[in-house]
Amino acid sequence: MNNVLDLIFSTDFLFTTIRVMTPILFAALACMIFTKGGIDSIGTEGIMLMCSLAGVLGSHYTQNPFLGMLTAVIVGSLLACLFGYVTLSLKSEPVLAGIALNTLASGLTIFIIYYVTGEKGSTQSLMSPTLPNIHIPLLKDMPILGSILSGHNFITYLGLLLTVVLALFIYKTPTGLRIRSVGENPDAAKSIGIKVYKYKYIALIIAGALAGLGGSFMSMGYVSFFSKEMVAGRGFIGMAAESMGRGTPIGVLLSSLLFGAADSLAIRLQMLNLPVQLIQTIPYVVTIIAIAIYSYSRTEKKISK
Amino acid sequence: MSNEILKMKNITKIYSNGVIANKDVTLSVNKGEIHALMGENGAGKSTLMKILFGIEGKNSGDIYFEGKRIEAVNPSDMINIGIGMVHQHFMLVDSLKVYENVILGMEPRKGVFTDTQSAIKLVADTAKKYNLNVDPMAKVSDISVGLKQKVEILKVLIRGAKLLILDEPTAVLTPQETEELFEQLILLKDNGHTIIFISHKIREVRQICDRITVLRGGRSIGVIPVENSTEEEISRFMVGRDVVLDVDKKPASFGEVLLRVENLNYKNKYGKQLLKDVSFNVRKGQILGIAGVEGNGQNEIAESIFGFNNNINGKITFRDISLLDKSIRDIRNLGISYIPEDRMTIGVTKDVSIWENLVSDSIDNKSLKNKGLLNIKKIKGYARELIREFKILCRNEDQQVAMLSGGNTQKVVVAREFSSDPNLLIANQPTRGIDVGANEFIWKKIIDLRDKGRGIILISADLNEIMELSDSILVMADGEVAAFFEDGKNTTEYELGLYMLGIKRQSLEERVGKFEKE
Repeated sequence: MNNVLDLIFSTDFLFTTIRVMTPILFAALACMIFTKGGIDSIGTEGIMLMCSLAGVLGSHYTQNPFLGMLTAVIVGSLLACLFGYVTLSLKSEPVLAGIALNTLASGLTIFIIYYVTGEKGSTQSLMSPTLPNIHIPLLKDMPILGSILSGHNFITYLGLLLTVVLALFIYKTPTGLRIRSVGENPDAAKSIGIKVYKYKYIALIIAGALAGLGGSFMSMGYVSFFSKEMVAGRGFIGMAAESMGRGTPIGVLLSSLLFGAADSLAIRLQMLNLPVQLIQTIPYVVTIIAIAIYSYSRTEKKISK
Repeated sequence: MSNEILKMKNITKIYSNGVIANKDVTLSVNKGEIHALMGENGAGKSTLMKILFGIEGKNSGDIYFEGKRIEAVNPSDMINIGIGMVHQHFMLVDSLKVYENVILGMEPRKGVFTDTQSAIKLVADTAKKYNLNVDPMAKVSDISVGLKQKVEILKVLIRGAKLLILDEPTAVLTPQETEELFEQLILLKDNGHTIIFISHKIREVRQICDRITVLRGGRSIGVIPVENSTEEEISRFMVGRDVVLDVDKKPASFGEVLLRVENLNYKNKYGKQLLKDVSFNVRKGQILGIAGVEGNGQNEIAESIFGFNNNINGKITFRDISLLDKSIRDIRNLGISYIPEDRMTIGVTKDVSIWENLVSDSIDNKSLKNKGLLNIKKIKGYARELIREFKILCRNEDQQVAMLSGGNTQKVVVAREFSSDPNLLIANQPTRGIDVGANEFIWKKIIDLRDKGRGIILISADLNEIMELSDSILVMADGEVAAFFEDGKNTTEYELGLYMLGIKRQSLEERVGKFEKE
């Protein structure tokens, strides 16, 4: 038992938590912007998966990881706009469009890697540079804090920075206010001459870009290649984190951290002699439990009101 | 006329399905007047305003504002030239603060950010200038309907509107809030603003408007100056015939008690107490009006009697049979009918035909079947009879209910609920949002039912309806009975308003005493 506790309460564990939180944070931020703009966020998973591959390919062909990341961002925005076009302009059912996008992503990515590499499982044979880890001066030399907070991937720091930037954007800028208004009551926005679709598409582009960044972290930071189905439900966990975080940036960050910790725990426990399959369910089980507790506490609150 | 601020000339609008919404309509509004736009539902008022605002295109006609011909493409064009609209259904974003709603789309900036301080100040200053008492920092979802309306007016004023259009602004207000609104409108008029006031309510129009343009059947019938006209004249203009506005009703003769509600308590699923110790009786030959500001338990009373709610404490008995353990089917079989408040979601299935809706309560009736299968021919014949009897305007019985106007949809509901010849009718907002003609028709049907010795519970937010129709009046406030008048003639709209708002409340003894006397 001590063994387990040692595994959990270590700087390593906290470091891993932050690392594995990164894609969930991006997914949740993407879902947050989707939701603020009144757009269904169910396609986040598929967008992330496509972007994981897009990032690797961009990085491989340009031999520049930042251009790879940019590719992922562009592909993410385009896919989000495609989803927006299908659901907003063509008025198809968002859940169906989202499922279609997600299944398309899993099939199409495999098709593309087979086309490019001749393999069906991963892009390990490609030379794709990864995004650098960043050691923060001063902080890296501090005991404990240094080994937890320093040395993370570029995208991880970008994620934390973007959380703050998005908070300012949503709550402090006119564009943010308009996105919230078209998301919650498009008729109200329209009645005072706000172009509803314009702001919906702005939300789509931003959310798609965020999902793209999350996807590119998976294949260019977390590991150094793309493998099929590598997003493995993080897009959906992001949806859960968004809802648990009540759609506020700080809430989203905290709930992403919680899910990151669950993920990190699963990774740690694999070192013990326990069935791997069981342990790998931990992040998903935690998601369900957390959502259940959260929903329960919200109903309780309503009652006490 | 040099004084004319808006002129809509010979406007014609034909929808793609062939419905003529406006035919050669002319509307002329003078600067600084409050101009009423009246007409029954489906008379073309909304379409005309949508055309003015560029929400709908028009087939022909011209619009002039301040002497210049204008062509509206979208609402912001109209806002820019100084026309603002306060919609009947508020156009507010609930989770945002009042000031955010007001400045939305015209946010003052400081660099890339919204200049929050000057936004709040701008809103507060404008509110003060026009005497619209709202807190800029309050969240819209937390404020009352009356305040929301003020926010809407503020939104329009802050955008520099010279002409304000208010679409049925008093429909959601209490009498006191209405008075306040009227004071504000007169203040605006004194400040040189022009107002178009869309309404059904002749009394209100007479109270504050200068002139009236009446639409009927998509045409403009004429312009009446309010000063030299009577209510009867105006209503004749609106419907093209005399409408009995003061209902002609025989004195009530109450029979035995049909329904007894005793100490009814109800908590919703979140545990909020929505009904508290509500007691009343309904007798044969009695119309019991239940008045109250919406959301004060009236709806819950209706739903509790009709078996929608669990979690009820207390007693509800119909002819000494308890209704609490009965299903809705059982309750209907006892001879209780229900006209629900929300006709589009509970009252009808809007995507199916009229005939299917008309028999949805009586589908188990053997006479409509032939060897266990529906006798469609017979059902349709029966539906045609009901359509005739209730004057439902439609192409034929196969038409989808969704294609009907609000008034005709409500007639479908009323026809069905009356067709079972109920002993007790619960009518929840039976005439909301429908035209004078249909309104009058439904009132007559309700009175006829009473005269046949049946019991009726009439729930309405329209005090005029309560006053005109009810024999006895119960006022609900905060889930409790605030007042009971066995003879509805012994009170006034103003007094009812005080009870509705919880400013006055009868003591238990006052109320119980009245019940005992019965």
